[in-house]
Amino acid sequence: MMAGVGGGNDFQWCFSQVKGAIDEDVAEADIISTVEFNYSGELLATGDKGGRVVIFQREQESKNRPPSRGEYNVYSTFQSHEPEFDYLKSLEIEEKINKIRWLPQQNAAHFLLSTNDKTIKLWKISERDKRAEGYNLKDEDGRLRDPFRITSLRVPVLMPMDLMVEASPRRIFANAHTYHINSISVNSDYETYLSADDLRINLWHLEITDRSFNIVDIKPANMEELTEVITAAECHPHQCNVFVYSSSKGTIRLCDMRAAALCDRHSKFFEEPEDPSSRSFFSEIISSISDVKFSHSGRYMMTRDYLSVKVWDLNMENRPVETYQVHEYLRSKLCSLYENDCIFDKFECCWNGSDSAIMTGSYNNFFRMFDRNTRRDITLEASRENSKPRAMLKPRKVCTGGKRKKDEISVDSLDFNKKILHTAWHPKENVIAVAATNNLYIFQDKIN
Amino acid sequence: MSGEVEASSEEQQEMQDTVVSPEKAEEAKLKARYPHLGTRPGGSDLLRKRLQKGQKYFDSGDYNMAKAKMKNKQLPTAAVEKEEITGDHIPTPQDLPQRKQSLVASKLAV
Repeated sequence: MMAGVGGGNDFQWCFSQVKGAIDEDVAEADIISTVEFNYSGELLATGDKGGRVVIFQREQESKNRPPSRGEYNVYSTFQSHEPEFDYLKSLEIEEKINKIRWLPQQNAAHFLLSTNDKTIKLWKISERDKRAEGYNLKDEDGRLRDPFRITSLRVPVLMPMDLMVEASPRRIFANAHTYHINSISVNSDYETYLSADDLRINLWHLEITDRSFNIVDIKPANMEELTEVITAAECHPHQCNVFVYSSSKGTIRLCDMRAAALCDRHSKFFEEPEDPSSRSFFSEIISSISDVKFSHSGRYMMTRDYLSVKVWDLNMENRPVETYQVHEYLRSKLCSLYENDCIFDKFECCWNGSDSAIMTGSYNNFFRMFDRNTRRDITLEASRENSKPRAMLKPRKVCTGGKRKKDEISVDSLDFNKKILHTAWHPKENVIAVAATNNLYIFQDKIN
Repeated sequence: MSGEVEASSEEQQEMQDTVVSPEKAEEAKLKARYPHLGTRPGGSDLLRKRLQKGQKYFDSGDYNMAKAKMKNKQLPTAAVEKEEITGDHIPTPQDLPQRKQSLVASKLAV
């Protein structure tokens, strides 16, 4: 799984592709804000701060010479959300796409949900490769034919045309969130989905846009008493009655929708006990969970807080079963990370298809992978300097102590503006997509 | 919150903690730079800021009063940098970020 010296059966990560401009000056709109593979891995969607969605499709393998696998090419792109101003509340609504979630494919078309802070949209992406020709009442240019000149009737024929991929908004789910939406999650029943903002979670039916059920409401009667907010939420991959949500205090609540209409009372409460003597001003901030993801098996869930990733067994609420340090060396930099707001960065995390490995991002365009079986971990970098086709990625190391070895980078030299917040792992293969600000990197394992 | 006697034993505890915990050392650094930090419940402040993201305040009365005052002074030269509008600053049309063109294609789709 990890690049090992003298590998054996270890996989080794290689550069495959990079998308995006090389400009030094990154326009804010081009910053990628979400990355998501669809269920088969054939499609890869990205959303950005400018409200745009770009979908890549993998080439068919048969056309490729081995050993390289199919590359991802642009399939469709569209403007999903636009900036808005709510005049009633004097609120500026960003067009930034917070999350994209694919629906499982049920026919030839592909469907995805994309959301900004306030509005969720269901988009249909469909292909058109045939066009009808030989209409009776209009000619090929579309102009109406003079009916008196028509002497015979013909049946229009379908002729092939250049492939056109069209994206159209099929549903708009609006006006259900007072606060900012941080998560959407499609339910395993393929009929409903949930959307979560800072204080509330709503359940929607994919067909119904004018109604949604509020299933969690943690808004206190007096806002002065507010102590925590919802940071992420996800539906269980198999049990359509179960979902979890994480909080800014580092806790996760699992709720069962069969228990009550309003799931304010959790069924399970996950929290790791904290040593009170080690508590500091930063404790709560760094314990805030920025992402929660169920394993594909549905047996575990993973949470990301500022410095670590934790794997929880759903059957054990009092502590995680595994904890992985992402960048522990930042603990002695918390003061400056607070001052430059980096301490509030929201990193995501993801599982590989078999749940044997997990991945998350860090700074300096580094990202980390952890093998749950061997307990080995690796740090890799998404960089244009290492972007020759099929170039192997070299493991990176941050030097924390005094003597810096060659090829190591010291903590003080890390670029905190180069954050990898969004990563995605192909559901079946060892192909990963890593968003580095305005560039999308795709890496694959090298087939030995 | 604490009297002088308590403060000094707190300081002693902090000094001990500095040796033990890098996190507490960072906390001490922060408190040295911002002494008033954390005297109010920090959690609520941060959370409130998070909930109010995107809020723009505008009072038409203040705006017109400010405009009237401006007539008597020279108009200020346009601000070079568009700073975030906060607090007592009364926005003028020049200050507002322009509504963006919405149809520029993403550079990922090239």
